Amino acid sequence: MITVDNCWAYLEEVADPEVPVLSIVDLGIVRAVEVDSTIETIRVVITPTYSGCPAMDVIAMQIKMCLLSKGAKKVVVENQISPSWTTDWMSEKGKEKLEAYGIAPPKRKSAAPLGLFEEDAVTCPKCKSVDTQLSSQFGATSCKALYKCNHCQEPFEHFKCH
Amino acid sequence: MSSITTLKYTLQLADNVLIMGQRLAAWCGKGPILEQDIALTNISLDQIGQARSLYQYAALIINNMPAADKAHLFNAPLLQEKINNQHTITEDDLAYLRDAWDFRNCLLVEQENGDWAYTVARSFFFDRFQYLLFTALQKSTDSTLAAIAEKSLKEVQYHIKWASEWVIRLGDGTDISKEKMQQALQARWEYTGELFAMNAIEQAAMQANIGVDVSSLQQAYQQQIEAIVNEAGLQMPTAAWMQTGGKNGVHTEHLGYMLAEMQYLQRAYPNMEW
Repeated sequence: MITVDNCWAYLEEVADPEVPVLSIVDLGIVRAVEVDSTIETIRVVITPTYSGCPAMDVIAMQIKMCLLSKGAKKVVVENQISPSWTTDWMSEKGKEKLEAYGIAPPKRKSAAPLGLFEEDAVTCPKCKSVDTQLSSQFGATSCKALYKCNHCQEPFEHFKCH
Repeated sequence: MSSITTLKYTLQLADNVLIMGQRLAAWCGKGPILEQDIALTNISLDQIGQARSLYQYAALIINNMPAADKAHLFNAPLLQEKINNQHTITEDDLAYLRDAWDFRNCLLVEQENGDWAYTVARSFFFDRFQYLLFTALQKSTDSTLAAIAEKSLKEVQYHIKWASEWVIRLGDGTDISKEKMQQALQARWEYTGELFAMNAIEQAAMQANIGVDVSSLQQAYQQQIEAIVNEAGLQMPTAAWMQTGGKNGVHTEHLGYMLAEMQYLQRAYPNMEW
């Protein structure tokens, strides 16, 4: 029988389809894992990053496939939206992986939203310069903003503090 | 509390974000610059995501209702027949199979995109309202609505920032941008009164402690809008007459055209999937 600890380790293998360098555990969207050995059922509770995140259905399916392939008999994936997801739940390991992948990770705590015309000071993940500027608060996915580096001239993405 | 009240209240909340999201999605591929095109589609995606959570909840309520209670929920025959035939209703049925008079969104969100200033003005007025609404709705005794409000509120904060910055940028820009922004604010203002005029669904939801007393939000709304308008160097818009109707199912002609396009596929090819 699979234990709760096993499950958490297995879920490290499930990648976020939109940012494949991160696992769903790094991303902080797995809220709970329960194993009920009497009915041989594993219950996984996940939370969406943004309301419109199109990856949630794929992630739920991947969780099922992953755990079933490890010998689970029945897997139930539930969606829980409160408390709402925040980048504060992203693991330090996940932030390091993001940076190495070329996406500037969230640094600030999410509690205070940005004021008008205010932008996060972000370090360029390529040349590490702090001379960067925001191009758009919105990027290719809901969780990212577009930046450019004034030093190496490269555009890059920033995983927004949310 | 009656589940009909919760259902109707949830649908009204859902309709507002679906219609707003669909309007903004029409900018996809047409934005003035790529970054702003992406901004609008991102905001649209948040809103359609919020609508999905709400319609899923509404569908769940319908599916759990006794048959007698749901025999006359909608005017749209296609959807009502499906309910009467004991089909399991989904979020898609609620978005695609209701006719304009079943929608309870406010008139503001269904107004056409117009030019950039008109799009900004509509979002500026709507997002500020959503901010106040969701802040209050977090205290709903209905735990699903409270959770959706809490989640959505974080997203609305980005939307407000985007719209407010554009009002200031255009108001504080050139003579032409200022004039266009002023005109758009003036033209859309007459649709803001309806946001705070309680309809029967909102009254019932408020009395059941699941909904928000929207009339109590008007003063804060006025002040917060005025602060941004002043910062933009613009005049606060005025209206001799406030338009109403959408929240009671009486819409402007624009909604029908929009639904015709949005619902076309499910109407022409029922249950089509891809």
